[in-house]
Amino acid sequence: MTFPWLTLVGLLPIAGSIIVLALRGRGGRTAAMLFALAELVCGLAIVPMDPADLAEQHSWIGAIGAWYALDADGMTKLLVALTVILVPIVLLAEWHVGDAHAARGPADGKGRPVEKDGVLPPRWSTETFMALALLLEGFTLYVFMASDLLLFYIFFEATLIPMYFLIAGWGGTGRTGAALKFLLYSLLGGLVLLLGVIGMYVLSASDGAPSLLTADLTGLPMATGTERWLFVAFFIAFAIKAPMVPVHTWLPDTAEQARPGASSLLVATLDKIGTFGMIRFCLAFFPQASSWATPFVLTLAVISIFYGAIMAIGAKNLLRLVAFTSVSHFGFMVLGIFAFTTTSLTGSIFYMLGHGFSAAAMFLVVGFLADRRGSALVADFGGAQKLVPVLAGVFLVSGLATLGLPGLANFAGEYLIMSGAWSRHLVFVAVAVIATVLAAVYIMLAYQRVFTGPVSEASQTHMTHDLSGRERAVIAPLIVLMLFFGLVPGPALDMVAPTAQQAMVHVSASDPEPSVSNGGK
Amino acid sequence: MTSPTIEYGLIAPLLVLLGGAVCAVLVEALVPRTRRFGVQFGLAVIAQLIALTLVCAGWSVTPGVAVMGGLSIDGPTRIVWSLLLVFGLGATLLYGERRVSGGTSAFAAQAHTVPGSRAEHEAIAARQENTEVFVLLELSLFGMLVFPAANDLLTMFVALEILSLPLYVMCSLARRRRLLSQEAALKYFLLGAMSSALFLFGAALLYGFSGSFQFADIDAGITLGIESQTLLMAGLALTSIGVLFKIGAVPFHSWVPDVYTGAPTPVTAFMAVCTKLAAFGGLLRLLFVALGGARWDWQLVLAVIAVLTMVFGAVVGLAQNDVKRLLAYSSIAHAGFILVAVVGAMAGDALGEGLTGSVSGVMFYLAGYGLATMGAFAVLTMVRRSGGEATGFDAWAGLGRREPVLGAIMTLFLLSMAGIPLTGGFVGKLVAFVAGWQGGYAWLVVVAIVMSLVTAGFYFRLVKIMYFDEPDASVDVVKAGTPTWVVIIVGAVGTLVLGLAPGSVLDLFTSAAGFLR
Repeated sequence: MTFPWLTLVGLLPIAGSIIVLALRGRGGRTAAMLFALAELVCGLAIVPMDPADLAEQHSWIGAIGAWYALDADGMTKLLVALTVILVPIVLLAEWHVGDAHAARGPADGKGRPVEKDGVLPPRWSTETFMALALLLEGFTLYVFMASDLLLFYIFFEATLIPMYFLIAGWGGTGRTGAALKFLLYSLLGGLVLLLGVIGMYVLSASDGAPSLLTADLTGLPMATGTERWLFVAFFIAFAIKAPMVPVHTWLPDTAEQARPGASSLLVATLDKIGTFGMIRFCLAFFPQASSWATPFVLTLAVISIFYGAIMAIGAKNLLRLVAFTSVSHFGFMVLGIFAFTTTSLTGSIFYMLGHGFSAAAMFLVVGFLADRRGSALVADFGGAQKLVPVLAGVFLVSGLATLGLPGLANFAGEYLIMSGAWSRHLVFVAVAVIATVLAAVYIMLAYQRVFTGPVSEASQTHMTHDLSGRERAVIAPLIVLMLFFGLVPGPALDMVAPTAQQAMVHVSASDPEPSVSNGGK
Repeated sequence: MTSPTIEYGLIAPLLVLLGGAVCAVLVEALVPRTRRFGVQFGLAVIAQLIALTLVCAGWSVTPGVAVMGGLSIDGPTRIVWSLLLVFGLGATLLYGERRVSGGTSAFAAQAHTVPGSRAEHEAIAARQENTEVFVLLELSLFGMLVFPAANDLLTMFVALEILSLPLYVMCSLARRRRLLSQEAALKYFLLGAMSSALFLFGAALLYGFSGSFQFADIDAGITLGIESQTLLMAGLALTSIGVLFKIGAVPFHSWVPDVYTGAPTPVTAFMAVCTKLAAFGGLLRLLFVALGGARWDWQLVLAVIAVLTMVFGAVVGLAQNDVKRLLAYSSIAHAGFILVAVVGAMAGDALGEGLTGSVSGVMFYLAGYGLATMGAFAVLTMVRRSGGEATGFDAWAGLGRREPVLGAIMTLFLLSMAGIPLTGGFVGKLVAFVAGWQGGYAWLVVVAIVMSLVTAGFYFRLVKIMYFDEPDASVDVVKAGTPTWVVIIVGAVGTLVLGLAPGSVLDLFTSAAGFLR
């Protein structure tokens, strides 16, 4: 028997989280970072391995045909790599998140922390934040690696618990309400998905021996009506996760209130479960229904792209702005998935990686700004470039990556999505292209208002020091990665291409024949 | 005339428990009162342990009908017996806990002593305690064991009375807030007597229909197509109402919140778990064995009752501000979720290869629910304000931060009740809903899922209060003795085991799900 690499990758951060909690503050941060780095090594180590060697399968609940089954194809490896890279970066960025907790800030008569100067002190220590982040990492990785529907579902729901506490424990004054909104939306999605899971199990059972292995559920014969209902259940759950209009409203609220580190993990890794699930489950289990729903889904995707971009232009709060750009970008991913071409699917998967880095970078940079100013409102800044030039520079680079500048990570994904979808859905792509212009507007407008112009009094008071060594260490790897995947997307694209081709086989779609214009004759 | 035959081997667990109860009565008369509590407690635990061992040892024995057709000792009976004895032991441990309330049990020793008064202290010092509760518990548990095993309507009725009467008495014995407790007992008694009467009336009508009390004869009557549908329908409705009352299904639920709140917490735990187990066991046998042929008549009605139960429990639960009442409404909602599996009626011939079916769905759900509920009630006994249990939400504020371990365990119980994965409650919901869907009631599963979300709302509200609100200094989390901690730890470990590795239990339940007709 080969070494269970995937189990190691999944369990290491969970074990780390328990150990960090058990240390009760004594060296907890160092331990958490060591676990995150060890996980980084393990997570990257599986990337070159053969999927056939990695797959694990053990009977788990025999009576209902559920398996403890893990595997890792190109898309999974890509998302595992993204997750394990981001977690140590986020831990470093939030190295002091709980310090004010230790100082025990102002409290009301009952000892409850109260606002002071618009700041609500953290509820728990830094170590607790890190333990929860590691727990979330482990659960998320299991979601990506599971090749059994029930195992996937269990961890899909389990991720909510650490995320809920991550939002509610640290951050802005309205964090408890934001956390509850996140939880209720996610639970709604999760329970709708449970309906789908039960339906799949019943179908699988009536077709013979029940099995919840993804491979066994793929291509299960089902009546058209059933297939459509089940598709809808799965799709709603994933649309809430990868926030699509109209079920996106939890994301801006959460991002505004949560710590930037928590938002980075949420948007860059956890929300990818949505687009991941659409490819892994919607397309594979319900090929006909996926084609049936395509016009509707593409319309929603384009609305998301547009609506996210417009709301980002109008956002008064930088954290909300980043959240709305993500709504727009998730729209692009869904567009690429439901265009059913190898090119656009590959682009979508690659875009998940690029967006992970750029969104995390944006959130963390805005976090640096907000920590200095004590506010993330655009209007509270002005002329900051002259005071904190390096911070302005990294904001600009992250912003340019976000808007899809060639040479940075998002460009290849966005380009592939649109060129792939062009042949099939000209109208949708034509509309989506306009949004890329809007992207330039929201980034450059924000940059202009925050960093250029005369130095405002508020900036003068608060922007006293540029990026510290720790902050540079946080942002440098992200910029390097965005540049690397912008300039050399090839290896990653090659890695995910088989997943895209597999998805194409599931929906029995073929790429449109290349046609050459005959020059107008 | 032949003498009646009694299969002592098959019914040994019943005899042991009844023997224990009889011995307990003698202990009451003969053992000096200073040592009576300990002896009674030990005797109850030992009797149940022996009975549990006998049930486990008897799993491999061929199922059979015992006592001249009165009892059917088959797979489902054995599942219910095992669960009942496990949870009965849990309740016994809570009955025997004296440390949480300052050296006395949760029960009033004498009707005239005021709790906390000098007279009571003297009574406690003289060990004038209420030890009869253990006898009542054993007798009630005996009735619960007979109820799901009953193979004819009369045995079932007698069992129903045996399990109910001690419960009425136990409900009235709270040491604190006695008026509430007595009101609860009276309410429970009046409504319970009413439901027993309805059951008896229904049994008489079914006798009129088929000419027999035996389940097999009633089933044969339905299959043969006896003309008198009126008698069948009326009998079906009335007997079902009698059992649904014990389950706490809407619209026969009105006693549940008041009785659960007023009764001493150990008794509430016993009722919430064991009564429900016995009642569902009995309902399954009544509907599947005796009235299985009339399935098309009762399925839809029961589906409507399930919807009402789920919606009522979940929605009204949202408005509660008291943990004990919250658990009462949550138990109503759970009854609705379990009914989904019953409505599916996936048993016997309808059950294909590799399916878990209704019986194992119901039983697995009850196992997960029982572990979490009993554990939650055990935690409840530890949160106190000036000696009495503090059940208001305000008293629970910040519990998770003051007592990290206890808070985490209580959160685990609440997550399990909410049906969050990695807990037994999730797997229970999964198998129960699967059975409902397979039986053709997908719409009912949709309702159940929506209501699960609503119930999650109130469980998470309590979690939020436990972790995000600041503690109330007047509330103590008292030190509990070993019995309470055993219940809490077993509940927590069991919840996790059923969530992570439910395979063997589910296999066992599924393999034993066939009724003996």
